[in-house]
Amino acid sequence: MKLAYWMYAGPAHIGTLRVASSFKNVHAIMHAPLGDDYFNVMRSMLERERDFTPVTASIVDRHVLARGSQEKVVENITRKDKEEQPDLIILTPTCTSSILQEDLQNFVDRAALESDSDVILADVNHYRVNELQAADRTLEQVVRFYTEKARKQGNLDTNRTSHPSANIIGVFTLGFHNQHDSRELKRLLNDLGIEINEVIPEGGSVTRLKNLGRAWFNVVPYREVGLMTAQYLERELGIPFVSTTPMGVIDTATFVREVASVVARAKEHSHDVDLRDGPSPWTGVSHDQFEAYIEEQTRFVSQAAWFSRSIDCQNLTGKKAVVFGDATHAAAMTKILAREMGVRVSCSGTYCKHDADWFREQVQGFCDEVLITDDHTQVGDMIARIEPAAIFGTQMERHIGKRLDIPCGVISAPVHIQNFPLGYRPFLGYEGTNQIADLVYNSFTLGMEDHLLEIFGGHDTKEVVARSLSTETGISWATDGLAELNKIPGFVRGKIKRNTERFAHEHNITEITLEVMYAAKEAAGA
Amino acid sequence: MSIASSETLTFECETGNYHTFCPISCVAWLYQKIEDSFFLVIGTKTCGYFLQNALGVMIFAEPRYAMAELEEGDISAQLNDYKELKRLCSQIKQDRNPSVIVWIGTCTTEIIKMDLEGMAPRLEAEMGIPIVVARANGLDYAFTQGEDTVLAAMAHRCPPLGASVEEQPTRGVSPVGGAPFEAALPSVPRPNESRHGNAHKGLEGQRGPGLAAPILDGLRPPEAPRPHSNQPPLVLFGSLPSTVATQLTMELNNQGIEVAGWLPSQRYLDLPALGEGAYVCGVNPFLSRTATTLMRRRRCKLIGAPFPIGPDGTRAWIEKICSVFGVQPCNLEEREERIWSGLQDYLELVRGKSVFFMGDNLLEVSLARFLVRCGMVVYEVGIPYMDRRFQAAELELLERTCHEMGVPLPRIVEKPDNYHQIQRIRELQPDLAITGMAHANPLEARGISTKWSVEFTFAQIHGFTNSRDILELVTRPLRRNQSLQGLGWASLVKPGV
Repeated sequence: MKLAYWMYAGPAHIGTLRVASSFKNVHAIMHAPLGDDYFNVMRSMLERERDFTPVTASIVDRHVLARGSQEKVVENITRKDKEEQPDLIILTPTCTSSILQEDLQNFVDRAALESDSDVILADVNHYRVNELQAADRTLEQVVRFYTEKARKQGNLDTNRTSHPSANIIGVFTLGFHNQHDSRELKRLLNDLGIEINEVIPEGGSVTRLKNLGRAWFNVVPYREVGLMTAQYLERELGIPFVSTTPMGVIDTATFVREVASVVARAKEHSHDVDLRDGPSPWTGVSHDQFEAYIEEQTRFVSQAAWFSRSIDCQNLTGKKAVVFGDATHAAAMTKILAREMGVRVSCSGTYCKHDADWFREQVQGFCDEVLITDDHTQVGDMIARIEPAAIFGTQMERHIGKRLDIPCGVISAPVHIQNFPLGYRPFLGYEGTNQIADLVYNSFTLGMEDHLLEIFGGHDTKEVVARSLSTETGISWATDGLAELNKIPGFVRGKIKRNTERFAHEHNITEITLEVMYAAKEAAGA
Repeated sequence: MSIASSETLTFECETGNYHTFCPISCVAWLYQKIEDSFFLVIGTKTCGYFLQNALGVMIFAEPRYAMAELEEGDISAQLNDYKELKRLCSQIKQDRNPSVIVWIGTCTTEIIKMDLEGMAPRLEAEMGIPIVVARANGLDYAFTQGEDTVLAAMAHRCPPLGASVEEQPTRGVSPVGGAPFEAALPSVPRPNESRHGNAHKGLEGQRGPGLAAPILDGLRPPEAPRPHSNQPPLVLFGSLPSTVATQLTMELNNQGIEVAGWLPSQRYLDLPALGEGAYVCGVNPFLSRTATTLMRRRRCKLIGAPFPIGPDGTRAWIEKICSVFGVQPCNLEEREERIWSGLQDYLELVRGKSVFFMGDNLLEVSLARFLVRCGMVVYEVGIPYMDRRFQAAELELLERTCHEMGVPLPRIVEKPDNYHQIQRIRELQPDLAITGMAHANPLEARGISTKWSVEFTFAQIHGFTNSRDILELVTRPLRRNQSLQGLGWASLVKPGV
């Protein structure tokens, strides 16, 4: 057993549900007790999703405990098949159902016979993988299922498109700024003359997965989700993939160069593929054109390169920062701060323990120390010890920062509703570099402002609360009234105090007791 | 509005495929209520993630609850659960030193049959700290029923009656003079004490020219009824914010009825005495298990009343308690009238509007009854679990209210099926759907106004004083829609969705 107050990555089934509900027309049925469907709340609230989340539960209750699920799961699957006519139904085990050790695969096989939808069982072990690993596996499982199905039916399309094209793999619901990143990636690839073949899972359709093989290469923007799928497609269909995250000016350039070489290689190979017989043979973008594009974007489109030369950024030189988050964002952020802004990263860390080796290798030489943990108290202690000028982390680090009075820029999940902005806020690509520069600069200046205010004795404003009505009107507070007033949360206390005093004043009451307070509330809805 | 129906309430039961919060969510408000407690939820990552997400920001205020996260070794019994729990509880005792540790059993502990009730007494003796076990799991219960399981377990820990009660002289039925009634709670005013130290100055003491007495008439009857000197002890059960508990206590005090204590109390060490001869009364509709425990195991007499939600409910609740103790309620009618007249602006907004409860927190019947009295039409009352014995008085009041207001009786749907309910909502097009968050945004996008039901669990809705707050919540979507009228984008999904 582990004493835990907070966790960075959720349980496995959350990952499976995130992948399932990102696809269009895919329904997930959880084998779970009542109340485990809070995923629907998260998606509906955080993503402000307009549509009903396609997740229902086949409830595990006392009867199931006593007699097993029997027909229940099969009935729920076939019922959903009739109600919604999804392309695919994914039966999702939860930690509860995995201990019951019911033969869920058998239910799936039986339900598949009675349904028009495809039915599969998510293959994840709840006690061994977390949310991110489960999402990675589920995505691979779905892609594999449809690739094999197409192969059996003989309609697997592996003819490469006539123009170079890419699949974007790993953009999905509740991902940190995924929607904006996806748009920015499409724009970037479009600039390079590369068409988008498929984007999965977000907004993708499982019926189109048989076309994945038409792309020249795959783009995997995030390490956490999509790599397994990309590796499978490379093994099965020989599609290469680019897994550099285009975050920050330098890594975006690296990404573009990798894309250039992948495309060039694919063209060479195309002599033995039937690309030459394509409708319009692609002549392609030359190496020089790619370089010119990087040059133009870096110097004039992205403001980040200029920002790093400007006086503002000069003042950040050598300031201490701490970075913590998932492997992708924490590694990229560490490199941006160290290489592109001259900030000193005292400690860089990730909660993706399963990816620790990759992370260490990435941030080597860019930070003083590395912290691999999923225990937030360790992270808090580290921050308290280092006392950085700014933190770049998750919502948890933001709260730690609040407690220690250190500003924090949020760069990674887990996140709050504030991290699903309506405005365009990618972290990837050239627009992403601008957003990150703003985030970094604002975090540091906030800290600086507070610091200066402290030096010069704070804001020059009168304390409004001190102008209490009571001194002028001869109204006094009885002890019980005052005790009650102090129970009221701080942010409304002033308003209630004023309303109560006004009420007392209007009714010529000189002493505010508990009863007067309640009377005031009833009279005015104070 | 003219349809008067004559039948009685109909009860239906659907498939139970509905969305609600897991009952372990009760730790969120109970740890705040019982100040010297620590709640340990023995479950998996799934439970922890739920608490973390459902309770949002609270998690960062160093709460007095934690997960005992079960790992593979615990599930396969490679680790000794007794030793593991002892290790964690020792750590909690060292860090926080609570007066009680409450173990919340979950689905997982049920399935692997972890004997929490067996281990707790042993560990309690070994560590010298009370350990209360509540099995608030999703296999058996929904949302607010979690509190019910915790309070039922706490009921066993209340001291026996007679151990701490002072000898009271029996003085016949009509007491002489205005004997001050005992303050049951430290915060309850004692009207006849002079202003020394912390004592509060009663209102009678300042009938000077400065005081506009009529204003406070609604609060304090001019001729306060005499305290019922040999009134048997009355314990109220249900966790309410201390402010609301004080308000309800004062309402009863104003009728001359003493409240001997509350279950739960503000501190675990102050649990009220229970036993034969004590009367108990619930303040929330989801406390049926606690009520049963108090009757059967602690031999208390249960006062079955409607719940003090809305001015009508509050008045009925007080009247019922008065009738049990043979007190003639005083000034209640005027008090209720005054509250209603203060709600006029909101009543105009809701009158004639229809409402649909999808059901997730068991407050639905009481809220429906109040809203019918406000002039609304209730189409359906979804509810996770309907204890018809414990809610008998409330159901009766709902029925009576519908007849008096001349509106059809709602159908009461136990264990609803959300999918079917959405179909019904599409057909009925109610003015307001009271629903969980999973459905709120999708319904809004389809032009149905919604109010998120969980807010009723956390807002202050009990007693006369807080009636306005209920309507504040109910009318919020209606007021918002008024201010957005004429923009022409009520429905925000593509056709055919």
